[in-house]
Amino acid sequence: MSDEKFISIEGIAKRYPNPVGGETAVFEDLWLPMKRGEFSCIIGHSGCGKTTVLNILAGLDEPSEGAVIVDGQAIEGPSLDRAVIFQSHALLPWRTVMGNVAFAVSSKWRDWKAEQVRAQAQKFIDLVGLTGSEHKRPSELSGGMKQRVGIARALSITPKMMLMDEPFSALDALTRGTLQDEMRRICLETGQTTFMITHDVDEAIYLADKIVLMTNGPGAVLAEILENPLPKGRQRIDIHRHPHYYGLRNHIIDFLVSRSKTFTQTVVNHDRRHVPVVRPALPEPAIINEPAA
Amino acid sequence: MNLSLSVRAAIVSVAFLVFFLAGWHIATRGTGTAANMSPEYARLMGATATQGKSAMPGPLDVGEKLWEHIKSPFYDKGPNDKGIGIQLGFSIARVLFGYLLAVALAIPLGFLIGMSPLMSKALDPYIQILKPISPLAWMPLALYTIKDSNTSAIFVIFICALWPMLINTAFGVAAVRKEWINVARTLEVGTVRRAFTVILPAAAPTILTGMRISIGIAWLVIVAAEMLVGGTGIGYFVWNEWNNLSITNVIIAILVIGLVGMVLDQILARFTRMVTFPE
Repeated sequence: MSDEKFISIEGIAKRYPNPVGGETAVFEDLWLPMKRGEFSCIIGHSGCGKTTVLNILAGLDEPSEGAVIVDGQAIEGPSLDRAVIFQSHALLPWRTVMGNVAFAVSSKWRDWKAEQVRAQAQKFIDLVGLTGSEHKRPSELSGGMKQRVGIARALSITPKMMLMDEPFSALDALTRGTLQDEMRRICLETGQTTFMITHDVDEAIYLADKIVLMTNGPGAVLAEILENPLPKGRQRIDIHRHPHYYGLRNHIIDFLVSRSKTFTQTVVNHDRRHVPVVRPALPEPAIINEPAA
Repeated sequence: MNLSLSVRAAIVSVAFLVFFLAGWHIATRGTGTAANMSPEYARLMGATATQGKSAMPGPLDVGEKLWEHIKSPFYDKGPNDKGIGIQLGFSIARVLFGYLLAVALAIPLGFLIGMSPLMSKALDPYIQILKPISPLAWMPLALYTIKDSNTSAIFVIFICALWPMLINTAFGVAAVRKEWINVARTLEVGTVRRAFTVILPAAAPTILTGMRISIGIAWLVIVAAEMLVGGTGIGYFVWNEWNNLSITNVIIAILVIGLVGMVLDQILARFTRMVTFPE
């Protein structure tokens, strides 16, 4: 086990039986290493199997082939080492904010006393900025607040890795922005290893250290791993002024618009086991036509 | 008029009651003198013959009799003359006993069926066949095997209260949202703890709805069952008073059966509200 390959997806495939006989592979022979403390984002079109990859990482689903190694151990089923933040927040509606977080805390440390559990839960409720709402029920919270509880619940068990399935996609743009800021702050503070699915290119650029591009399914493959060239201390307000920003953004958009469809047919000798790591260059200088004199 | 809806509804309700009682009174009162007859014969025949009074008691007769029952609900003057409170007590005790037995079986079994697709499929044909059987059809079999009329009545209550609870529990458990189960799975919550901390609270409103349907059915069935087994209970009281030709008492019994049924239903409704959570 090394920090370079803290998490290692090794040759996983997911196949479903075909109605006409045989099997359809959603994806095949997927390899992906993730470093400790790294924020990885997987981006690709709907139906390419991103959620299946995440569910396999979570242990909620099993690959038809291959394995996932976390911290030197192959995963077998769900574990408290890997916390999931669900797209639909998945809070237990009959429990309060405190009750939801405490449920996770007491699941991890079963012999803890009630005060210990409460103190740990309170720490993470404070961290996500929900101090004062501990006794509210999920139905009394806004969408953004619910997702904060989901984040607090995931973080409170101090997992080795955090898995997020489009955690902010159901939120309005303003709330999403605030929560992305908070998420980035928390991840930088805690050094959390994180794997996130998103459709949002800007979200990926802002949050991720590595952006994994996945081609369209069926038979999806990981096309490239983009290293985010933007500095660690990037801010939402000036991120788009960074010289590398548009190069990176255009690269992702080009991939999503055209290359994701044609990648598997056009690229030969694609090494699935060692997915090429790309660091997008500066954008080409824009051509400005001189107005005709 | 800016009265609230409840106040207006109450006024209309009371008006209906007044109209009903007045109509009942007018329909059953005497219409003056009937045919001439000797005073001794008239005394023998009573007001029905002499004043043309209806044999159906009026609201005043019922009210008077009801007041007598309220004054001494628990008297006991032998097997055929017990206070209405005692009779109700017997019925409620039987219902609760049979009902609680049904709860004790239906909820664990419902959990098993809801959590295990195998058990669900395996037990489904039995439930489908047993569910539509009228509970009273079990009575001869119960009397023959148990050889005790009181226990047989309790068994009949048990069997009729079982199905709605069983089916609702199984459905409620099976329909718990996948994401809540997944939360429990990712937190490595064991089966037993998951059943109590996630599935039970999530399914509780559905389970309580089944329990509410069951208590209603049990209260419907106890009257018929007690008419069959006799001895004690409000069902027996109704039949005994019919044999006594005391329509007044029959009407009173009908009224209290309705009242007790309503109270039982409201108690379960309150429990249902307690476990219901807003989403």
